[in-house]
Amino acid sequence: MTDSKAIPAEPRLPPDKRFILLASRLWAWVFLGLMIVFFIIAVPLAGGATFLTLRNAMNILVAITPVLLLGLGQTFVIISAGIDLSVGWVMSLASVVSAHAIRASFNAGAPLLLAATLGFLAAVGASAGVGLVNGLIIAKLKVPAFIVTLGSSFIVRGMALLFSENTTVIGLPAEIRDYGNESLFYVVNGEGGGFYAFFRPDVTGAMLRQMDRIFTWPVVITAIVVLICMFILNRTQFGRHTYAIGGNMQAALRTGIPVDRHIVKLYMLSSVTAGIAGFLSTLRFTAGSAVIGDPLLLSSIAAVIIGGVSLFGGAGSIVGTVIGALIIAVLTTGLVMMNVQAFWQFIVVGAVVIIAVLIDQSRDLILGRRGRGS
Amino acid sequence: MSEPVLSIRNLTKRFGGLTAVNTVSLDINPGEVVALLGDNGAGKSTLIKCVSGVHLPDEGEIRFEGKPVSFPKPIDARSAGIETIYQDLALANNLDVPANIFLGREVKHRYLGGLINTLNDKLMLAESEQSLATLDIQFPSLTQPIESLSGGQRQAVAIARAIYWKARLMIMDEPTNNLGVPEQQKVLELIRRLRDQGVPVILITHTMPDVFAVADRIVVMHRGRKVTEKRTGETNATELVQYMVGALDDNREAAA
Repeated sequence: MTDSKAIPAEPRLPPDKRFILLASRLWAWVFLGLMIVFFIIAVPLAGGATFLTLRNAMNILVAITPVLLLGLGQTFVIISAGIDLSVGWVMSLASVVSAHAIRASFNAGAPLLLAATLGFLAAVGASAGVGLVNGLIIAKLKVPAFIVTLGSSFIVRGMALLFSENTTVIGLPAEIRDYGNESLFYVVNGEGGGFYAFFRPDVTGAMLRQMDRIFTWPVVITAIVVLICMFILNRTQFGRHTYAIGGNMQAALRTGIPVDRHIVKLYMLSSVTAGIAGFLSTLRFTAGSAVIGDPLLLSSIAAVIIGGVSLFGGAGSIVGTVIGALIIAVLTTGLVMMNVQAFWQFIVVGAVVIIAVLIDQSRDLILGRRGRGS
Repeated sequence: MSEPVLSIRNLTKRFGGLTAVNTVSLDINPGEVVALLGDNGAGKSTLIKCVSGVHLPDEGEIRFEGKPVSFPKPIDARSAGIETIYQDLALANNLDVPANIFLGREVKHRYLGGLINTLNDKLMLAESEQSLATLDIQFPSLTQPIESLSGGQRQAVAIARAIYWKARLMIMDEPTNNLGVPEQQKVLELIRRLRDQGVPVILITHTMPDVFAVADRIVVMHRGRKVTEKRTGETNATELVQYMVGALDDNREAAA
């Protein structure tokens, strides 16, 4: 023994295993890159248009915002070894409630921006309320999160449908559409075109079709939420405690972390990101929809899992979830452009989810882990 | 002799009809390692849990550093300076060494008058390095999740955490369980080092060689009662086993 005082370390992994380990950590990035390259080549071969265009990239970003927003809160919840099955219908409820708030306040004479702000507050308030109830039942009454959020998703579904007028709230001020569809930058291609910031250039006809909207407001807002979530998860005590609760609940309790209160906050966070998604969809479609969120729930969980968040808790990242959402959106867009029948999307996304988990498990095997907890 | 750090007087804990701990008295002196021996169900874990705030005793008194104490919750015992290291170590394996040492007590940067707080990982890392250094513990890397550490290294992290937070009494439950022989030696060495720094240790164990390797005094429990208390030099393994199985009992008359 060279140093009697050093506690013996485990031998370092051999180089080939270290490579596999590194590959398994970065595979989602690599997969995303390879997929983009594949579509760049395959889409024109299949008779489609050019895949890698600015317009396409922006469409993909617009498409992922709701799935990503649902996934952001879910990332926190799943890292803490929980799950939130209610976020799909919470998004619907928020969409309906915010549409009502916007319409009512605008009709009462409120200016557009104030009406939109009230809509946002209504969406956040309604969703936070659902999250609070979910969290309290999970934390205080110790009912499994799966059951609580399954039950509450039915309740919220009923509420969303009751509050909507036959699933859709219409009659919103038409100008609200601009908040959901106009953008930070504009590029007008072709002769007389150019680059514009903040204000939509006054173009019409053929020129309008040449105009690309770069970062629509929902994309900008989603990006801000992504940054806030990254900050919370990586840099704050709240994030640290989220990992600790998912890694070893007993340790979290014994070290004095206020676990119950933390769990309540987690489910509120998860609901609120879904509520923001509902609000943005109301802006985008100038209508509240009680059926907008539900189909997105499983896609958002798929994005989280593809992004490397462990369903056993304790591991995962926001960046991973963003990559996961991008993978799903790029896949879907690429397949559509290749004129593949739309149902194939589901088959491919499903396969990617299972492959993602297999890669995670093989990493655990290489490290010789027997699971988390003690 | 100086005043005992911990003094337990006639402590009794019942669960329904079962008396798990039956009028046990025990003193722990500064800088002393006391081994608590007993078969499964002898009541040693229950006794310890009364001291560490997991259970509230039904009868009897606990005095810590001369003052009568009552710990409704484990966190109360910890803030008084009693650290208990259970077999599962209460570590989050997905976090690194500093995150575990500061778990639940993270050091933060404050911005905007405390409105936004971020983790001060740099400071926590430096403090962790220092804390491990005082115990002469060396790791290849402190910033890897501790699931890559060996059992002994993780035990060392749990001990370093207790020391960092100024434990004045350490309770360790089977610390050498599930460890390889070289690692067992390292952990026993750490216990000796704790004692040398003046921190008394209560060691719950089944492992006879551990007892003779580090303990100054030995307390044996059987069916909830303390059956004997010996200095390590005054006894041997055969005799202790007889106490553990109930063949010998110094307090039989007293209890009857």
